[in-house]
Amino acid sequence: MPGFEYAPAPESRDVVDVRGSYGLYVGGEFVDGGAGSLKTVNPATEEVLAEVAVASADDVDRAVRAARKAYEKTWSRLPGAERAKYLFRIARIVQERARELAVLETLDNGKPIKESRDVDVPLVAAHFFYHAGWADKLEWAGLPGRAPGATPRPHGVVGQVIPWNFPLLMLAWKVAPALATGNTVVLKPAETTPLTALLFAEICEQAGLPPGVVNIVTGAGETGAALVRHPGVDKIAFTGSTDVGRQIAKTLAGTRVKATLELGGKAANIVFDDAALDQAVEGIVNGIFFNQGHVCCAGSRLLVQESVAEEVVTRLQRRLTTLRVGDPMDKNTDVGAVNSRAQLERITELADSGDAEGAHRWTAPCELPDQGFWFAPTVFTDVAPAHRIAREEIFGPVLSVMTFRTPDEALTKANTTPYGLSAGIWTEKGSRILWMADRLRAGVVWANTFNRFDPTSPFGGYKESGYGREGGRHGLAAYVKEA
Amino acid sequence: MTATDVDPAARARDVIGVSTLDDAALRRYLHGLPGVDEVGADARAAGLATRSIKTTAKAWALDLAIRVIDLTTLEGADTHGAIRNLCAKARRPDPTDPTCPSVAAVCVYNDLVPVAVEALKGSGVKVAAVATAFPSGRASMAVKLADTADAVNAGADEIDMVIDRGAFLAGRYLEVYEQIVAIREACAHGRPEGGAAHLKVILETGELGTYDNVRRAAWLAMLAGGDVVKTSTGKISPAATLPVTLILLEAVRDWWTATGAVVGVKPAGGIRTAKDAVRHLVLVNETAGPDWLDPDRFRIGASSLLNDVLLQRRRMAIGAYAGPDHLTPAL
Amino acid sequence: MAGSRLAVARTAKLYVRGAFPRSESGRSYVVTSHDGTFLANAARASRKDARDAVTAARGAFAGWSGATAYNRGQVLFRVAELMEGRRDQFVREVADAEGAAADDAAALVDAAIDRWVWYAGWSDKIAQVAGAANPVAGPYFNLSVPEPTGVVAVLAPQRSSLLGLVSVLAPVIVSGNTTIVLASRTRPLPAVSLTEVLATSDVPAGVVNLLTGYPAEVAPWLASHEDVDAIDLAGAVPLPGDEPEVSWGDLEAAAAPTLTRVLRPAGDGPADAPDGAVEPDWRPTPDGPRRILTFTETKTVWHPKGR
Repeated sequence: MPGFEYAPAPESRDVVDVRGSYGLYVGGEFVDGGAGSLKTVNPATEEVLAEVAVASADDVDRAVRAARKAYEKTWSRLPGAERAKYLFRIARIVQERARELAVLETLDNGKPIKESRDVDVPLVAAHFFYHAGWADKLEWAGLPGRAPGATPRPHGVVGQVIPWNFPLLMLAWKVAPALATGNTVVLKPAETTPLTALLFAEICEQAGLPPGVVNIVTGAGETGAALVRHPGVDKIAFTGSTDVGRQIAKTLAGTRVKATLELGGKAANIVFDDAALDQAVEGIVNGIFFNQGHVCCAGSRLLVQESVAEEVVTRLQRRLTTLRVGDPMDKNTDVGAVNSRAQLERITELADSGDAEGAHRWTAPCELPDQGFWFAPTVFTDVAPAHRIAREEIFGPVLSVMTFRTPDEALTKANTTPYGLSAGIWTEKGSRILWMADRLRAGVVWANTFNRFDPTSPFGGYKESGYGREGGRHGLAAYVKEA
Repeated sequence: MTATDVDPAARARDVIGVSTLDDAALRRYLHGLPGVDEVGADARAAGLATRSIKTTAKAWALDLAIRVIDLTTLEGADTHGAIRNLCAKARRPDPTDPTCPSVAAVCVYNDLVPVAVEALKGSGVKVAAVATAFPSGRASMAVKLADTADAVNAGADEIDMVIDRGAFLAGRYLEVYEQIVAIREACAHGRPEGGAAHLKVILETGELGTYDNVRRAAWLAMLAGGDVVKTSTGKISPAATLPVTLILLEAVRDWWTATGAVVGVKPAGGIRTAKDAVRHLVLVNETAGPDWLDPDRFRIGASSLLNDVLLQRRRMAIGAYAGPDHLTPAL
Repeated sequence: MAGSRLAVARTAKLYVRGAFPRSESGRSYVVTSHDGTFLANAARASRKDARDAVTAARGAFAGWSGATAYNRGQVLFRVAELMEGRRDQFVREVADAEGAAADDAAALVDAAIDRWVWYAGWSDKIAQVAGAANPVAGPYFNLSVPEPTGVVAVLAPQRSSLLGLVSVLAPVIVSGNTTIVLASRTRPLPAVSLTEVLATSDVPAGVVNLLTGYPAEVAPWLASHEDVDAIDLAGAVPLPGDEPEVSWGDLEAAAAPTLTRVLRPAGDGPADAPDGAVEPDWRPTPDGPRRILTFTETKTVWHPKGR
């Protein structure tokens, strides 16, 4: 008797028109770049999707000046209520073009269409909706440093550099609060995922956003560096690796430019013996295999209470046999492609270190396509805290499992890391959740859930996971002057 | 496939680890099972509901959906004629298409069992009867036993009983357990063909209040030797939601891991469209596993569902959206 | 009149539970424009209509208050979208009702739409602005959050037929309350058009119910109703120069036995003083979410923190 084989359920590519080449978006127009071009590739097939301009330092300068002009002549003179209506329009158009954006995101990033359709794009619209409502209410946002009742003032021009793991969502996290508070923006999308940012530029045009309020400068590391060090930028927001975050902090040292940095993590997902087991297993799976593990707040370390460790790992492995790895454009795919060859090499190298250092590797059975960048979901048990796979951010679908006996021990293991972005707690006991949450050195604590995001909920890290918060009332603070 | 060779009481004592079963022992065990996080369970069910089942997979699933239906009529107004119509439809859901399979069973009130047995002779379609003062279960044990005996004696292949929800919610677990054991015993005597009728245990999940309770009730039913755990009577709302079916599938999977015994799952009530049915099949596939995709281990209790599945089947055959005029009436 | 076309006049009915019934009493009353021209026979709501509207509002409360703040915000924004589409109609109706010159009427309508957008954006922010984690002196998690109070009766302003109406209606429903609104007696038609917008904007049936008619006949029954949680008395202020139809002091007294929360009309004097209450200028942007928070209760939850 044949089993229930899911037939291919491909989402159609026809909804989006991917152009052969793209320019930069500066001052309300698409213009050529001065530093050549780069090719962006579909990581599931290695097919070249488009050529995208690379912005030179001069291009970045032009963009900053366009942003400054838009700020001084237009954007800073608009009442908050009018800024709000632009943002509402953008939110609406994102909803109207949702399918197009989701398909383009999946083609460029490699994440399953199910995720870009059901998670990324709806959150993008929600971010713009939420922040639209703040644009004319800033005096009640409780932002520190202001005289009571005064409207907080924006910085002016903000430079924003975003990563490749949630390209459009990271753009929304940056652009929405910046615009709501009255700043104008120069944004550099990641080198491997520029396309939805460029489609977003078209959305800004449809919304009638005044030229120069949002500028998109595509390129790689050099473009980002040029933006960060540009003297015409009043504030920097960066999401990406801790290494680059350190460089930015160093670059800005001694200047008056403020930065928010949202960097890496090595989150502990802590499962107690009284956890709701089936949901905890889902939370573990979601924590590390959602988005192929390319998540800064991924639950990459499973800390499981020793008395239930074997049962949890058994259930986890059984659950992983139903994970579908494959074509991101198939609506039934759960785990898509690794974003780039470079990232695949990093994941492979770190996973190999797990073998070398004595951990025990288990890989989910799945057939990986020949073309494209793929890594099968992997679970390491017998992991010691000293192992590289317990300490270093892998940024891929690799889970490291360690055990603990008591809450205090779980806490120590969870906190002994230079990172501090997020943590998960699984237990049916409310007081234990709150006791642990109080003591976990992490900016986001998820209890009996994981990887939940909302525009109203502040997100950001402790320690070397960065500083500053995005989302919520607290996320506005970075985008206004302190006094 | 009733496990009549296993003494459920002995197995229950073994699983729980006591020499005597009493309320306290059952409470400790049932309340010691892992809890169910409601939000997490709802999210998992909703996630699985996004599976896109197309083309060949859809055709396979639609046929399977038909093969696992317990075609049901439980109305005060049921007549012999209505039952005969039901049985005719159960045998040959689509008279114009011989490739259309029969359903698994019909489900009727027990005084109509003889009519159904006669109408389905030689068809392979089973006759299930509701019993034990269905749907409320509020009657004496004597009445419930007599109710069951009537159905078994009349030739029912399967008995769908209801648990005493009042006793369950009051924590009288032993009483619930003993009632199930007694009905199971009654299923094993008096069948004209011999053997035992399969026992489905209706938990009436819509009255249990929490998913924790659904899990506990399912385990209680399995400890007592039920062959199938069934969600609902279909007479109240909510009936068979996806999260509740999910929890039952997890329970039978874990029971199999613990004891090696197979218990089936039957969601009933509220499953009206082919889309709903296929979603339940996906749940089975990814929770208990492909072995449970079989009428011996999974049923869907439904009435109007069959026609919607036939419409979808027809749509795939004719390549256009189908209309109900080409089908026989639902009941 | 060669070439002129007879317009199809709109019937002005009540809005209850998402539908447009006439008054159960079968009565209507004449609505004229500011200069006395006949405009419509509007339904004249009875106390039984008010009773039914309260039942409808209560029935809708669980769903509306249980929706996410995001969802409520989006629904309210959708209302603004459809108001914008009917801008010309609203301008005409406001001009007819208030005698405003076309430009002024247009400015008032634009302000009303923008006011609605302003309130829509508060939906998912009130909890952040008015809620708090409280640092109690012990190992306890302690959180205060504002929750909608329930069913709120609103006497809409007599003078400002759209902007004033929006300014009292939107803050009530944005937090999850449901409402029964009694429109301005002499200027009800913009309110009727607004309910037509609400009916087509994903606002669930029963969240907003509108009565047109006489405050003296309807307001006391709303104020004294046991199942009304709060009442906004803005509409108890008569048009300038008119005698008050109801005393807001009497209404507040009628609300007292059931501890119904009362929002008194603007003004400095007591109810029995002439000009004790005034209808404010609705044009300035409100000073914060005060009107929203008036119709919320604060819930505080404790939970120990321990292993």
